[in-house]
Amino acid sequence: MDTSGNTAAMPLLRMEGVSKRYGGVRALENAHLTVGTGRIHAILGENGAGKSTLIKVIAGVVEPDEGRMLLGGRTISFRSPADAAAAGIACVFQELSLIPDLSVADNIVISNPPRRFGMIDRVAQRRIAEEALSRAGAADIHPRALVRDLPLSRRQMVEIAKALARQPRILILDEATSALTASDVEKVFAVLKRLKAEGLAILYISHRMHEIAELADECTVFRNGRNVESYVAGTRTDGEVVEMMIGREVSTVFPAKPEPSPDPPVPILECRDLGWGERLRDISFSVGAGEVVGLGGLDGQGQRDLLLALFGVLRGTSGTLLVDGTPVAIASPSAARVAGIGMALIPEDRKTEGLMLPMTVRENLSFATLDRLTKRGMIDRDAEQAAIEEMVRLLGIKTAGLDIPVGALSGGNQQKVVIAKWLMRKPRIVLLNDPTRGIDVGTKQEIYQLLRRLADAGAAILFYSTDYDELIGCCDRVLVLYDGRIVRELQGEGLTEHALIASALNVEQADQLEGA
Amino acid sequence: MTEWRYWLNEQRGTLIGLAIFLMMFAVYIANHPAGLTANVAQTAANKGVLLAFVAMAQALVVITAGIDLSVGMIFILTNCLASWIVVGSPLATTAGVVGVLAAGMLCGAINGLLVIYGRLQPIVATIATGAVYFGIALLLRPFPGGSVNEDLADAVTGRLFGVVPASLVLLAAVVLLVWIPFRRSVAGRAAYAAGSSEPAAFMSGMPLRRGKFAAYTVAGLFAGMGGLFLTFFTYTGEAAYASGGGYTLWSIAAVVLGGVSLYGGRGSAVGAIFGAFAARTTGDMLFVFDVDPLWQPLLQGVVLLIAVSIGAAGLLRVRNRLEWFR
Amino acid sequence: MSETSEGPVAMRTRLPQAFRRVDRAVLTAFGCILLLLFIGSLYSSNFLSLDYLLQQLKVASFLGVVAAGMMLVILLGHIDLSVPWVMTTGAMMACAAAGFGTLGPALAIPFGVVCGALFGLVNGLAVAYLRIPSMIITLATNVVAQGLMVLYTGGFSPSDSAPAAVRWLATGHVVPGVPNAILVWALISVAMVVLLSRTSYGRSIYGIGNSERAAYLSGVDTRRVVMIAFILSGALSAFGGVLLAGYASKAAQAMGDAYLLPSIAAVVLGGTSILGGRGSYLGTVAGVILITLLQSILSVMQMPEAGRQIVYGVVIIAMLLLYGRTPASR
Repeated sequence: MDTSGNTAAMPLLRMEGVSKRYGGVRALENAHLTVGTGRIHAILGENGAGKSTLIKVIAGVVEPDEGRMLLGGRTISFRSPADAAAAGIACVFQELSLIPDLSVADNIVISNPPRRFGMIDRVAQRRIAEEALSRAGAADIHPRALVRDLPLSRRQMVEIAKALARQPRILILDEATSALTASDVEKVFAVLKRLKAEGLAILYISHRMHEIAELADECTVFRNGRNVESYVAGTRTDGEVVEMMIGREVSTVFPAKPEPSPDPPVPILECRDLGWGERLRDISFSVGAGEVVGLGGLDGQGQRDLLLALFGVLRGTSGTLLVDGTPVAIASPSAARVAGIGMALIPEDRKTEGLMLPMTVRENLSFATLDRLTKRGMIDRDAEQAAIEEMVRLLGIKTAGLDIPVGALSGGNQQKVVIAKWLMRKPRIVLLNDPTRGIDVGTKQEIYQLLRRLADAGAAILFYSTDYDELIGCCDRVLVLYDGRIVRELQGEGLTEHALIASALNVEQADQLEGA
Repeated sequence: MTEWRYWLNEQRGTLIGLAIFLMMFAVYIANHPAGLTANVAQTAANKGVLLAFVAMAQALVVITAGIDLSVGMIFILTNCLASWIVVGSPLATTAGVVGVLAAGMLCGAINGLLVIYGRLQPIVATIATGAVYFGIALLLRPFPGGSVNEDLADAVTGRLFGVVPASLVLLAAVVLLVWIPFRRSVAGRAAYAAGSSEPAAFMSGMPLRRGKFAAYTVAGLFAGMGGLFLTFFTYTGEAAYASGGGYTLWSIAAVVLGGVSLYGGRGSAVGAIFGAFAARTTGDMLFVFDVDPLWQPLLQGVVLLIAVSIGAAGLLRVRNRLEWFR
Repeated sequence: MSETSEGPVAMRTRLPQAFRRVDRAVLTAFGCILLLLFIGSLYSSNFLSLDYLLQQLKVASFLGVVAAGMMLVILLGHIDLSVPWVMTTGAMMACAAAGFGTLGPALAIPFGVVCGALFGLVNGLAVAYLRIPSMIITLATNVVAQGLMVLYTGGFSPSDSAPAAVRWLATGHVVPGVPNAILVWALISVAMVVLLSRTSYGRSIYGIGNSERAAYLSGVDTRRVVMIAFILSGALSAFGGVLLAGYASKAAQAMGDAYLLPSIAAVVLGGTSILGGRGSYLGTVAGVILITLLQSILSVMQMPEAGRQIVYGVVIIAMLLLYGRTPASR
């Protein structure tokens, strides 16, 4: 590897006219890209813009239909991820590529374990793993721990260490920071800057504009499988970039919030002293008719557990739950969805928790409402059809038909199906677990509008999001969780990014209290 | 956590299997009229080793998140083959042993080819190959019979230095010379990875196919060793359908008792050995308690039922109901 | 990826699911049935006669009833290995009940079926509520059922002969020329098609087979659905055993042993994914007929048992390679 350094932007990887089709869908169309050594190159684009396919081509996961790739001036073609790894390309994928039942050290050396006499040398493996972990700024992770025992953010750090252990020439990070805590993100940035100085070429894919502004040297925007424009970082405004990404002007991103009324709204959902082991403690709050209440804080502070606890998924919870002022006991999702309670949960992972991907759009849409669509033991097909068509219209679901597998839809439309499946029951309490993660800007906006419409129609909405802008733009109030407790409630003028981040980190609390 | 706690965490399933076996064996010995004599140990070891080989074979396939319903039939087929060719001069006998083991490996390799390259589901593919293997066994031995080199047979099923059962030493040697190298090899790690998370393993560029193929082939080898040992034990070959089916079923039970996850990726063949011995001891226990033979099948079933239910009791403590579904 | 189409939702003709899901597997299975009939007719001209075909359907109906229950369980992504001895239990208990007083003969069939359902209940409770892998628990209940029957018969084949009602159900004729067993199978088949394609229970089965997590979070009581499927499977196995006892005029030990693998093979050859969530009942019917014909042809050819086993295994592998393959990973 050439680490002599400052021959800036010597092109290391070039892609020329690369195309890839899946069936009739063009995922990548005549794409061009040049990445230089010692540079951080950011890739931007909506979901479905072709970023993932681009990375998969570079990483050897898929083979392109057309075009060629040059690495250090030589034409290359990868038939498997192993080929790409051998050529010095390492990926940190958005979907974790760790083996849960193997140890951290096993995972870090996985693509090329050190060997002695044909067997894996466990002492050398341990040494490599420790080195890689400390390089990635995650020396707190024990190399012998099993990956499945680690929380998501630690796993992501292992993933980064694993990429570094390969001594790559090109490092690709695909939404690698989305699961990380703020302090880990800073560590990762420091690592990336150091690697850049060492002469690595880094491809960085992220939705977070401020991360790109901080890190990138160059940016390329993708739209509909094509590279729209490449520019030196900092030469375009955020507005211009967003415009390039979606190809149209974005008007108001968030729907207008109603003026806070002087009287508090009628509480529909009320929660008193909810607890669940160490994970949730003394949680008390209420959500009124017409309110959109956000759950904020760093990832993994109990927000997901809170939603699952309300929906009857967790066992051994303590405290009281009231719906319309009456105490209720909800022991399962089937109890949560009954008419008297009318609760719905849009789960975290649409692919495994929200949908049955191989089943049709029709079957998925009506799945949660079949009890109401059944007459004399049989599904009433006319009623089912009518209910489905109403939902497809209401949410603007784009599909080639009702009888195609839901897995064939785009991510945004899949998420709409998940939401529609629950709206069909006309729920009064809607719980959402990070519903906009990994979907495109357009669909996000539609979801914001929808939430506000539901609230205006009298529903109580509890909304967890990892995106601060979203919480500020959408919610009437935000409850900030830290270590399983509600540490702050922000609303009105007090609901600012600064306040959210400060309370998420549970700092400056003393200052705030003094100010109050 | 300190180092040994990590080790404990890694080996939990195997250690639970060992604990179950020790507990049952202690009860068995305590109630045995003769107590723990070299003779009792020899008999227990020989019967246990038979199932242990088949259970190790099953464990290898289960670790890749597969299942081998033909394993009992490979066992029967190699038994029938051994009753033909493991005879005569030391040289001929050696060649026969090699031939039998090669036949076992071939059967395992065929399973592996069908599952990996044919992309068939292991459960149905091995049902079908099991029928074929049994058919071949029946061709070889339409009627029970044949013979085996009795000197070798007696040595393998006898005792070393008058106390140590030779079969246990043989089993330990197989673990050291076959299982441990496999587990420490890249192919072995790939087999575990394939069972744990195939997409992640693919993304990491692991040699998945090689790993799975190796697991199936070594499984065939273990089943072949079991068949060979059965011949040493009985001096004959017999194509008994019920026996093959029984070994398949009990190998699955042994694997579960030995802490190998049926979902793949977790456990070890050593755990399966303990599971096999534990499963064998249930049968022996009925004997020392002098149970009416008519009651024995029922009680064996009930013990099996209780054992697997206890294994599942941990799930009742799950606090997040989503963990029920993996 | 980008949107492929927009505009109004396409209105599909709303065919019953059983037919909408007709796929390559089902067509191939029926194609193979025709091929087998052709091969058979080369050996004997009787092969295409109505009598022979009805006889084959009658033999197939026992397997068909068992495979129907097996299919429910496989669609959930589980498996029922307790079929052999639950079948035997059903048959023996039906024969035993017939000996009790005047009501006995009338209750013989229901009693046998209920005994099977009880075993199904144990399986279902263990799988759904204790989360024990179905492969393990059904294996254990199979051994328990075997133990109970060994105990009941004292280790010998019972002298129990099948009561008249049972024999009538298997071999009698309501419609002239058509054995009742075929009618029974046809009725169960109609019920299966309705259950799987027109009821919310059927949808739940497919849903759970694809993602039990998603089904649970949709508010479906997934544990109850799973438990009921196992009860149905146990009941249908026992009912298959009762029919078989009627056909053979007596219940015998190990009479169910020959039905476990064929019932799984029939479901899978019919295109149902062994991983659950995908498959049509029509395919299972095709699979049952296919396997029955194959067995019949092998016996007509007077092939020895060894050869039959080999051909049987090879044909199943060949057919699976033809269409039972999982999609390539990339």
